[in-house]
Amino acid sequence: MRDKTQTEPPEAEAIDSPNTREPLYAPRKKVFPKRISGNFRRFKWLVMAITLAIYYLTPWLRWDRGPFAPDQAVLIDLANRRFYFFFIEIWPQEFYYVAGLLVMAGIGLFLITSTVGRAWCGYTCPQTVWVDLFLVVERAIEGDRNARIKLDAGSWTARKLVLRVSRHAIWLAIAAATGGAWIFYFADAPSLIDELFAGTAAPVAYITIGVLTATTYTFGGLMREQVCTYMCPWPRIQAATLDENSLTVTYNDWRGEPRSRHAKKALAAGQPVGDCVDCNACVAVCPMGIDIRDGQQLECITCALCIDACDGVMNKLGKDRGLISYATLSDYNANMAAATAGGACSVNPSLVRTDGSAFSNRLAHFHVRKIFRPRTFVYMSAWSAVGLALLYSLLTRDRLEVNVLHDRNPQFVTLSDGSIRNGYTVKLLNMIPEPRTIVVTMQGLADAEMSVVGIDMPADRSLSVPVEPDRLKMLKIFVRQPAEQINAQAQTFKFRVEDKASLESDEYTATFNAPEIVR
Amino acid sequence: MSGEHIDEVSDVSTTGHEWDGIKELNNPLPRWWVITFYVTIVWAIGYTIAYPAWPMLSSATRGVLVYSSRHDVKNELEAAEVAKGKYVAALQAKTVFEIAADDVLRGFAIAAGGAAFKVNCVQCHGSGAQGSKGFPNLNDDDWLWGGKAEQIQQTITHGIRFASDSDTRLSEMPAFGDIITPEQIRQVSAYVSSLSGAVGDQALVIPGANVFAENCAACHGDKAKGNTELGAPDLTDAIWLYGARETAIAAQVRAPKQGVMPAWGGRLGEVTVKELAVYVHSLGGGE
Ligand code: SF4
Ligand code: SF4
Repeated sequence: MRDKTQTEPPEAEAIDSPNTREPLYAPRKKVFPKRISGNFRRFKWLVMAITLAIYYLTPWLRWDRGPFAPDQAVLIDLANRRFYFFFIEIWPQEFYYVAGLLVMAGIGLFLITSTVGRAWCGYTCPQTVWVDLFLVVERAIEGDRNARIKLDAGSWTARKLVLRVSRHAIWLAIAAATGGAWIFYFADAPSLIDELFAGTAAPVAYITIGVLTATTYTFGGLMREQVCTYMCPWPRIQAATLDENSLTVTYNDWRGEPRSRHAKKALAAGQPVGDCVDCNACVAVCPMGIDIRDGQQLECITCALCIDACDGVMNKLGKDRGLISYATLSDYNANMAAATAGGACSVNPSLVRTDGSAFSNRLAHFHVRKIFRPRTFVYMSAWSAVGLALLYSLLTRDRLEVNVLHDRNPQFVTLSDGSIRNGYTVKLLNMIPEPRTIVVTMQGLADAEMSVVGIDMPADRSLSVPVEPDRLKMLKIFVRQPAEQINAQAQTFKFRVEDKASLESDEYTATFNAPEIVR
Repeated sequence: MSGEHIDEVSDVSTTGHEWDGIKELNNPLPRWWVITFYVTIVWAIGYTIAYPAWPMLSSATRGVLVYSSRHDVKNELEAAEVAKGKYVAALQAKTVFEIAADDVLRGFAIAAGGAAFKVNCVQCHGSGAQGSKGFPNLNDDDWLWGGKAEQIQQTITHGIRFASDSDTRLSEMPAFGDIITPEQIRQVSAYVSSLSGAVGDQALVIPGANVFAENCAACHGDKAKGNTELGAPDLTDAIWLYGARETAIAAQVRAPKQGVMPAWGGRLGEVTVKELAVYVHSLGGGE
């Protein structure tokens, strides 16, 4: 309750007054990032061009694998359960290569984050890249920050309507192209695109495009920074892999404070003045809408655009660049201690400068050496160990395999002449895109003979079967051993498969079962 | 509670909940989050209206979409029937011999026959078709009524000693307990047992040969090799439906057990019987 007897209107209001209390459910505060140019921005344009090019163009690359396999360089063939990556072809049972790559990606993220901070977020994350792309559209149509703020605040005029509709239309078109590009990874791209426009592609293709269009449009256009702040798990995980020696985008208050918009006046009054002129340029460019001068924050994706903004200002003022810079926490703390005389006073820029301008040479700077510390060595060696193991297994893997399933029910059959028969399901895996003739031979098991349902066997203990390119051939093989040769309830023998042309081979040790008492 | 408490460090009001001196901050949720939350509730309610959900006294609401998983199954089964159509038609038109010679049809028939076998045949012949005492093992190469695909088809269609099928396979081994003396039964059993390698009492085996020639050879053959026309088993091999011991043989001579197999032709239809015949033939013993 306000005191009605009070004559002056109150200047201060209680923080829990209904007027200032934060609503329980906060609407999003709109962010209007300003255009900026500079080294990091240039680098980000480059990364954006490369990542988008990889995404959109990869399915169109061709790779000749001969007449029996698709010629798409990168193809996830779900129907036939094959994954093609240039010269590598992966069968479902070799999925551990993909798992290994994911492990490497995880450790790689730790490695990168512990050295150069959230570089993934700032430069290469699809969310960042697509938001950047959407912002390009937004700026092209509605103008830069101030124009957009004005437009947004203004009432709905025909012009605003046209601008808004065209912005969202282009966003949707980009989103559709994004979803559209995704499906080309799963089918032959040139033929799929024809089917797509003819309306004859599989329904799942259209559904996928629809879903990805919706997510791209929502995440890249509508939700933007909220995806990073509220939805994405990486910021939480990355926070744990950062330490005091990781580079992060830092506002160097030890030279910026006390900030002042009226530096000359303050100087004249004999007050200490820092380099920050409080122009808010860093805030205006931030795609996350935060103020880096408040310190390291979970919202910051370290896109480094505020560095570009601040460097531009410093250039204009003829001051040293790097008021906002990539710095490690330990350097920052050391410099902060210097600037505050070990915490004895508030920041005094003169403490870090020898005379009026040059920085004292006691200041801490980042050194490449800091990248090499136990933590990064551990990440590095784990990463390379997984990588080398994958590489080794890839280079030495078999492209011809035999798998054998022993019949369990019944385990053996007594035949009329007293001999014992066991059944085996033998699977021949021809993992190259060429037809092959595979010779299956039995080794061991005295006097035993093989027979195959549906095949006339010229020889008793071996047969040769054609196997289609890139396919599995299943044979039902019966093995029969005369009663007098059976010397144990379980004997072992080998199925050996060989490609006589390439001399590739594989073996499987199988068991032959017999009843306990053989007459 | 007297007014709100504001956390000193973060300047954010707290909920007033406190555990061991730790207070819960009352940070506002993003509005879109809250809206999403309400949308899920609306969705859930709509879902229970669209689909069967609310329990009633004897059943549940059917939902405005009248969805039923039973319907789905029925449709899927119908679709599967249609998809099988062209194979079934081919099976109908061809003989089992032709089916077995065709790679694609044989594969289809073995898969379908295997499924039909699991439903109709495993009760007697076992899940691996391995049989048991009195129920023949279908994996081996000993066939009472012949192991050619057509013979198997015939057996399945009309059954064995199945009274209500006039074409059923019929063989009645007499109960020799009423015909020959117990001594002769012992002799002939010893003789039969010796045919498949057992070393028996020669004093019984030698007269047993005579008993066999007079009483048994008519059906089982001079060499006791059996006769699939008559369903008479080969007595010289290693496979015994009712046991290989001399006593088991004697019991079978005295008062034979006569297994019955139903006629499946009427019940399963021609195509399924063909599938079963091809399947059984493929188990390894088919001739
Ligand atoms: S926070 Fe998540 S979504 Fe945002 S840039 Fe980083 S990884 Fe991408
Ligand atoms: S604070 Fe700077 S680095 Fe962080 S997100 Fe904003 S602009 Fe990018």
